[in-house]
Amino acid sequence: MSQAVLSLRQASLGFGGRRLWQDLDLDVAPGEFLAVIGPNGTGKTSLLKTILGQQTLTSGTVSLLGHPVNGGNGEIGYIPQQKLIDQGTPLRARDLVTLGLSGKRWGLPFSSREERARVDETLARVGASDFARSPVSHLSGGEQQRLRVGQAVVGNPRLLLCDEPLLSLDLANQKAVSELINRQRIEFGAAVVFVTHDVNPILDMVDRVLYLAAGRFRIGTPDEVLRSEVLSEMYGTPVDVLRSRGRIVVVGAPDEAAPHDHHALGQREAS
Amino acid sequence: MLHTDDFWSQIFNFTDYGQLLLLVRNSILAGAVLGVLGGLIGPFVVMRDLAFAVHGISELSFAGAAAALLLGANVVAGSMVGSILAALLIGVLGTRARERNSIIAVLMPFGLGLGILFLALYKGRSANKFGLLTGQIVSVDDPQLMVLVVVAAIVILGLLVVWRPLTFASVDADVARAKGLPVVGLSIGFMALLGLATAVSIQVVGALLVLSLLVTPAAAAMRVTSSPVLTPILSVAFAVTSIVGGILLALGGGLPISPYVTTISFAIYLACRMVGRQRARTGAVDARTLVPAGSGQL
Repeated sequence: MSQAVLSLRQASLGFGGRRLWQDLDLDVAPGEFLAVIGPNGTGKTSLLKTILGQQTLTSGTVSLLGHPVNGGNGEIGYIPQQKLIDQGTPLRARDLVTLGLSGKRWGLPFSSREERARVDETLARVGASDFARSPVSHLSGGEQQRLRVGQAVVGNPRLLLCDEPLLSLDLANQKAVSELINRQRIEFGAAVVFVTHDVNPILDMVDRVLYLAAGRFRIGTPDEVLRSEVLSEMYGTPVDVLRSRGRIVVVGAPDEAAPHDHHALGQREAS
Repeated sequence: MLHTDDFWSQIFNFTDYGQLLLLVRNSILAGAVLGVLGGLIGPFVVMRDLAFAVHGISELSFAGAAAALLLGANVVAGSMVGSILAALLIGVLGTRARERNSIIAVLMPFGLGLGILFLALYKGRSANKFGLLTGQIVSVDDPQLMVLVVVAAIVILGLLVVWRPLTFASVDADVARAKGLPVVGLSIGFMALLGLATAVSIQVVGALLVLSLLVTPAAAAMRVTSSPVLTPILSVAFAVTSIVGGILLALGGGLPISPYVTTISFAIYLACRMVGRQRARTGAVDARTLVPAGSGQL
């Protein structure tokens, strides 16, 4: 088996007296799609920050491509929550994607012919060729989010970190954006770590699920983890996992911000 | 009471213009360099939402200059010390916009108060005092002009070096940080450059009017284009036009140049707003692509 892209060993994280998760052992292989789900405040975003080197573990280690994490990394493609870009920002769609390829390079923003070709190809891949020259701030949320996927994948990163990338997108755009992310791992073997409160839009793509709740975690395939008895044990209270028309709904989880409730948008755990 | 004729001849007076022009040749050249600087740094000031910070820095820069005047030290050096201190304080303490704004609001009156104190204690020529607030590049002597130009050139070079990563970090700090860019270092480095830029711009338009050089030209450019290449080019053109035009118009009248500079820069901004609006009306597609709608228009 090829080397894991991301490895956590005996990793624990807590703030003050509160423990978010502990003794987490996790390996994400190239081309693997891992969904991180769970209610708000269980440390999903903190896990991402740990992988990005912005959050230090209470104990344990985290390594990326065999090296301990310290700070950001060019091998990571990061797709943040949809956040509209300020009006008047002097960038066009293709410039945003270009930053993902060469934004780290010092000097003036000139691109080589190969780089421009690469950006064109990526724009086509995310269906943004038609508005490639439009100011980013004039584009809709869905268009901007497709560009962010383009920005994240243009450098063919080994790991795609997605922080609620579907939040506040309509269903069509949720589908488009998650398929773009999925294609990147199928065609280029990128590992995907996808934090979401709603697993349904990506249920067909997910290899494994990391479920965080009540200071505990479970890792496994969706069928192994998203079951009434597993979640009931985690929460310590009866919880029903219902499957209906290919969708999963969790009923009775103590946290009111139900993790799979499609309408509980806009809430995020602190830190 | 001012007669209308006197009034206009005081504002626009072009007698002996050729000779005057020779006298201020160096000021014009220095002004052009400062225009290039203001035009280049402006888009970053707007993107990073630092307009208020510029104002705060300039008040502390004024305090530094006033202290230097009082102590008989170099005024330009004094204003640089003041503005770099202010810029770094704002940069280090105010990483979030809201925090930053309150820190600026705390620092600004303190700096202005200090400046007023130093000026009140100063017994020299009163024109010197007023110049710090309202600017007077024509009265800056040649060695000092040289200092301004050298500092401006250093800041311009610095900007060119960090241009692309700074753009990335300004548009989306989170993604830039994930890619491994030193976002905090870039931000503090930029504040230092901004401090220097503010200090030298103050010599032209004064502490109170610095925004007209560091923000207005960029804001105007961003009204008419979203191209990352065209924005700084237009912004530079607007800033240079404002400064050089201001110096040229002010030459004969014996009035400070700042009102000329600020008026030109404001007029350009108004024109750009109108052009931008016109474009938006003639069709969203044209406004988006920034290609003039059909040939012959615009």
